[in-house]
Amino acid sequence: MAKTIPADSVGLVTPELIHFDEPLALRSGRVIDQYDLMVETYGELNADRSNAVLICHALSGDHHAAGYHKPDDEKEKPGWWECSIGPGKAFDTNRFFVVCLNNLGGCAGSTGPSSINPETGKPFGPDFPIITVRDWVKSQARLADRLGIEKWAAVIGGSLGGMQVMRWAISYPQRLRHAIVIASAPKLSAQNIAFNEVARQSITSDPDFHDGRYYDFNTYPKRGLMLARMVGHINYLSDQAMRDKFGKDAIEGNFGRDLRTGKLNFSYEVDFQVESYLKYKGETFSSKFDANTYLLITKTLDYFDPAVDYNFDLSKAFEQSECKFLVISFTSDWRFPPERSREIVNTLLKAKKPVSYLDIRADQGHDAFLMPIPRYIEALKSYMGKVSEEVNGAAGGSD
Amino acid sequence: MSLRADLEIIKQWIEPGERVLDLGCGDGSFLAHLKEEKGIGDCGLEINPDNINLCLKAGVNVIEQDLNKGLTNFISDSFDTVLLAQTLQTVERPDILVEEMLRIGKHCIITFPNFAYWRHRLWLLGRGYMPQSSALPYEWYDTPNIHHCTIRDFDTLCKKRNIRILQRTVVDFNNRSSFLMNLHPNLFGINAIYHFTR
Repeated sequence: MAKTIPADSVGLVTPELIHFDEPLALRSGRVIDQYDLMVETYGELNADRSNAVLICHALSGDHHAAGYHKPDDEKEKPGWWECSIGPGKAFDTNRFFVVCLNNLGGCAGSTGPSSINPETGKPFGPDFPIITVRDWVKSQARLADRLGIEKWAAVIGGSLGGMQVMRWAISYPQRLRHAIVIASAPKLSAQNIAFNEVARQSITSDPDFHDGRYYDFNTYPKRGLMLARMVGHINYLSDQAMRDKFGKDAIEGNFGRDLRTGKLNFSYEVDFQVESYLKYKGETFSSKFDANTYLLITKTLDYFDPAVDYNFDLSKAFEQSECKFLVISFTSDWRFPPERSREIVNTLLKAKKPVSYLDIRADQGHDAFLMPIPRYIEALKSYMGKVSEEVNGAAGGSD
Repeated sequence: MSLRADLEIIKQWIEPGERVLDLGCGDGSFLAHLKEEKGIGDCGLEINPDNINLCLKAGVNVIEQDLNKGLTNFISDSFDTVLLAQTLQTVERPDILVEEMLRIGKHCIITFPNFAYWRHRLWLLGRGYMPQSSALPYEWYDTPNIHHCTIRDFDTLCKKRNIRILQRTVVDFNNRSSFLMNLHPNLFGINAIYHFTR
């Protein structure tokens, strides 16, 4: 029996693998001769091809942003941004043609370190070049060409996704009307890079890493990737989010944190639920995600700095842009705190560019950008409603 | 679209194509109006989440920012007109805000309720209560107005700080002017509207 799918979901979707033959010159100086991108789209492109929006994913995201893949699997979770993409939702698929892809270097179908290197017949592993945000956006522009999209109605992304949005605005000013940058930063702080380095060290010091050639040994650095994800996860949640999650069954003697078995063990076994939760999160992640991709994307993050071509003056970089901006931050985000978003906003103001900014009260930390927080979703809806008027006319929608 | 009458007056002081910063822009309807009629570059500051959402709906650029935390993030001379409507009396340091407005904009527009309006005076003198009127509809304990001022007060501030008043209009509840108001603005004026620069 087929499962019931909510009416406001895009429903069953099938990703498409698109091949590109034209070599891609990378920021590092290296070249990728050919590559595939795994792409998912929702909604219909309108007659004048003006209603397309691009969703850029963050570190662990992929092309599967909304809907379902398996008609019979009741337990299947929908795409990672199901709460925002669908008919009648913020990114209304009755009005917009929504495009999401797995970025180059990823591990969800697009060419990446775990793909087979045609020259050797083995996975690329550590031979896969380091990809920067600029390279990603270049490959996304080629995807837009292929789909016949001259200009995006909007390019949207949270966290690392927001960095791609900024790069779009700077490198391809004529190709987008609106830029929505959520829970992001103009570049990483030393603390951000430090967390990334801990993640990298965890992976590379795992004996199963084999200098990145673990595929040849039929293994993967499970413990390393798990540790990397655990430390990442702490960084993505807030203190309050953890209190809310693990302080519900507070009993006397456990200091307000949930014990796993209801009593202290007085050993080095797992005492508190937060420990087993992190372990569980880390383990599930490490079984699904490629360690080399994780390494690569942490470098992509570290290297992001659009001011680099403009004498480290970000406002000069933003002066290139021709789109309107919406910047959103979350009060409890300590990975990319509101101050980082305000840096973006203030620099845009300095460059005399049109910008709106919202600082959403939320306890969920950095991960808030993925969650259905009412004020946040409402803001996206309001903003995109206006965008729809621009591209579809005031009546809006092809429904 | 019909505008609040004081905004009709302000509108005349804004040139087509200007960059306008509206401090406390509310639902953004005034900026939306100016955008449509005068093609201005718009930017509004607001702290009320519902108003911010209405601005987004109207396609008005809005920044969530508290005036009391300063405007240091705005660079000097980055706007043509900086507007502060019916908000001066609610901020912690009106004098600092006025200075900041002058730094950011070439011209500034401020409107505020005149505390020296004769009815207000009567409340205090005759009845001994903090004045209330449709311009000041609050009790003393719940009013957001923490720095009441009069037309004479504001004129004095301008003189002290070398601020050049370009235009001053004083109006009543219906935002109309009258002979008496022109004769004794500080006694008969309910709302004061100033256009000034340095």
